[in-house]
Amino acid sequence: MEMSRPATPTTNSANAKKVGQYVLLLILTLLVLGPFILGLWTSLMPTADISKGALWSSHISLDNYVTAITTTPMLRYLLNSLVISTITMLFQVLLCSISAYAFVFLEFKYRKQLFMLFLITMMLPFEAEVIPNFSTVRSMGLLNHYAAMVIPFLTAAFGTFMLRQSFMQMPIELKEAADIEGLSHLQFYWRLALPYTKVSLMTLAAYSFLSSWNQYLWPMLTTFSDNFRPVQDGLRQLQGQESFNNWGMIQASAAIVVIPTLIILFVGQHYFKAGLNEGAVK
Amino acid sequence: MMLESLPQNSNSNDPSAQSAPAQLLTTAQWRKDNLYVALFLGPSLLILSVFVFWPMIKTLYLSLFLTDNLGHASEFVGISNYVNLFKNPAYLSSLGATLIYVVAVSILTIVLGMLLAVTAQQRLQGIRFFRTIFSSTMGISVSVAAIFWLFAFNPSVGVFAQISQALHLPEINWLADPHFALLAIVMTTVWMNLGFTFLILFGALQQLPASLFEAAEIAGVGKTKQFFKISLPLISPTLFFVLVVTLIDAFKSFGLIDLMTVGGPNNATNLLVYRVYQDAFLNGNYGLASTESVVLTVIIAVITLIQFKLLGKRVNY
Amino acid sequence: MTITLEQLSKTYEGSHQPVLKDISVQINEGEFFVIVGPSGCGKSTLLRMIAGLTGISSGKLMINGEVANQMPPKDRALSMVFQSYALFPFMNVAENVGFGLKSRKLPKDEINHRVNEALAMVNLSELRDRKPKELSGGQRQRVALARAIASEAKICLMDEPLSNLDAQLRAKMRIELKQLQRNLGLTVIYVTHDQVEAMTMADRVMVLNDQKVQQVDTPENLYQHPHNSFVAQFFGTPQINLLTANVTQCELIIDSALHLPITSSRINNSKVLIGIRPADVRIRVGSQGANARVAAVSYLGDQLVITADLNDSQTIRIVAGSQMQVAPDDLIKIVGIKCFDVFDINSKELISIQKGDVNDARVAAAEF
Repeated sequence: MEMSRPATPTTNSANAKKVGQYVLLLILTLLVLGPFILGLWTSLMPTADISKGALWSSHISLDNYVTAITTTPMLRYLLNSLVISTITMLFQVLLCSISAYAFVFLEFKYRKQLFMLFLITMMLPFEAEVIPNFSTVRSMGLLNHYAAMVIPFLTAAFGTFMLRQSFMQMPIELKEAADIEGLSHLQFYWRLALPYTKVSLMTLAAYSFLSSWNQYLWPMLTTFSDNFRPVQDGLRQLQGQESFNNWGMIQASAAIVVIPTLIILFVGQHYFKAGLNEGAVK
Repeated sequence: MMLESLPQNSNSNDPSAQSAPAQLLTTAQWRKDNLYVALFLGPSLLILSVFVFWPMIKTLYLSLFLTDNLGHASEFVGISNYVNLFKNPAYLSSLGATLIYVVAVSILTIVLGMLLAVTAQQRLQGIRFFRTIFSSTMGISVSVAAIFWLFAFNPSVGVFAQISQALHLPEINWLADPHFALLAIVMTTVWMNLGFTFLILFGALQQLPASLFEAAEIAGVGKTKQFFKISLPLISPTLFFVLVVTLIDAFKSFGLIDLMTVGGPNNATNLLVYRVYQDAFLNGNYGLASTESVVLTVIIAVITLIQFKLLGKRVNY
Repeated sequence: MTITLEQLSKTYEGSHQPVLKDISVQINEGEFFVIVGPSGCGKSTLLRMIAGLTGISSGKLMINGEVANQMPPKDRALSMVFQSYALFPFMNVAENVGFGLKSRKLPKDEINHRVNEALAMVNLSELRDRKPKELSGGQRQRVALARAIASEAKICLMDEPLSNLDAQLRAKMRIELKQLQRNLGLTVIYVTHDQVEAMTMADRVMVLNDQKVQQVDTPENLYQHPHNSFVAQFFGTPQINLLTANVTQCELIIDSALHLPITSSRINNSKVLIGIRPADVRIRVGSQGANARVAAVSYLGDQLVITADLNDSQTIRIVAGSQMQVAPDDLIKIVGIKCFDVFDINSKELISIQKGDVNDARVAAAEF
């Protein structure tokens, strides 16, 4: 599919082909970006114009953003999500990496069986377990608090599995060399294993951050106040209120939520690609 | 939501593969190692036990009981919850809708993702820009996607309504019409899935050795044939991975439905997880909801097991 | 620093088949000791047992007279150079070399001093800030060496350290390694599958095969006095010829057209294995009295290696001067054999060594 082909004798047909390829790319871009562009564009228009079904307005401004920030708890929602996702991310990277380390570099009885146990948890969807989990956090008194949204996700079987794969790809000689130098497990983990698997760690960090950021069902069940409500459920809250028909403001809120994640995504794209493909096929 | 479901999947290696370097272990070291094991595995095990294993057992248990409105088991009924569930036409229609949704989402996601991935392989000026665009829906969360598409589907100001108006086509009230609501959810889900699917498939295509295509070129094999006979078989493990991720993710769909249709109209989009939520948290029927949860778990566990099995053998060429 | 192995054995958990059986040897201070054998013979496992990276199933390992079976690797005061070099990719050259010292909590000045010295010794001082991936294979190898040098351990274990280098570099490094070992007075235990490495560098060589020690000896003795046909076959290029022969009263009949006289009285079997070094065979080209047909000729510059078929399908390799005019399908006559070894056909053990030229008259009996 991608072959650098020698210059064809008929430059015209080559040009036509190129134009065709660009047209295809543009169509696909429109397909992918369409809803997004539409949303961003309308976020700049007054709701009155949007409601008329207009796609153009003479009053393009950031007013909707100002409204969203000043009249709704958007920023509070964002802060909540940021706190929840950051804590979840840090703990997942820590706990997944140490358990993965144990499965690769420590020898102990029932290692295989314990690892199977981790694998089994990958088959059990959290969505099917919300009922008992809800009573658990309720009886722990964690409802309507960051803790309810963080504690169940401090570790992940998937992350453990992924990092175990990366640790296993470290040459055994590195561990042997470290043993000869007399490094303890803690030293080897911190000074060699972690730096060596940096790409996987970054990937896991991005994953856990984004998946925490995108949580919807669980926070919906466990939070009742704007003080702790994360942004996904916050957006839902905005729609439910009297502002339901204030399209411009709602689009602006959506834009406020999406722009930071897009920035993270584009900046971290390199790591993402490498890590995803490793996770997928290695 | 997409990323959340990765846990079920990215296991492509043989899970039982043995690894660690054999080490000299004296008794003293054994004891020390066991300390490390407790320190390193303890926290994860604790959390998984409390929030994964225990709830699973509890759910199984509750599914065999009638419950009071606080969620306590009140009367043991054996498997009759299950029997009733599968006799219930409303549940069966949920199951049917879920299956249609899952299949449609998977097929469309993979076909469109593949189209994007192949198109982005071309060596053209500015192609990197397009690649970035194609992966961008990965950064869009469920509520944002819902807002964008709610707007697009809006019967008075939405872009779909405007297009059909302009073309004098019959107007569709997408989200309020039982015939179209599920399709609307499918479209939104596929759109959300595209970025991730594109990124994975594109990466897999990029890693194929160029020499294979050079050889094919020399042998006079056309581009289309090259794609179907070389690229597709070679990336089959990745394709399979994407398929499983998409399937499992689709089975677990909740957010979009709550945000866009609330299960309606007329239960047309009342998919499995949404029904669990309704029965448990809106109707207070925890026993029934637990039964539904177990069914969902079984479905997902089976898909995951098939994946483990096949990946053990490495889906292949 | 002597290392003594007493009947060391290794059986992996969950397996009944030992990978090493009853290995005994004493390695002396300042010795360049090579462990050689085909892949899978357990030589790397043995090295890892000495290092303490792998447990010892039975037997005794003593370092300086002290039992060290249970001693953790770091307390054995040794360094190790790995085949893959085991460099840490995210550290530069100097950090790699100083890494072990830092984790042993040596003072900073001391670390710097040792790192500088070690790098100077392997001519890497200018590259100290490079990352491993910016180095060539040979340079990485030197970093690994520098790391061992900087540790100042008197025992250095090397696991095929040169096998990832190209042939020319390997030849050069062999000499450098040997010089380094002598200058620093190191006791080196060196694992390789390459007989040339073993022969050129070792003070003594341990030949491992089939989980057992085949022979421990100096390179000369291994070549001149192999204890069995395996050792004989392992050393020397081209390989020694191993031909089966029937034993009669006074002759060893390799072939209807090639007989050798018996001078030793120790041959009691009816069949034996005869080992003949290719260079010890003298031939004449020409059909007259011929007893072999040339199958292939390899030109090596200063010599020819001829592969020839004997009458009854055994083949023999012969080294001849490169001026000899010979081509495939030519008939040749084996006119003399300078010396040969006789091995037991079953146990492959050496029975006797036959010295002195066997001349024309006694070699050829029958004709084509």
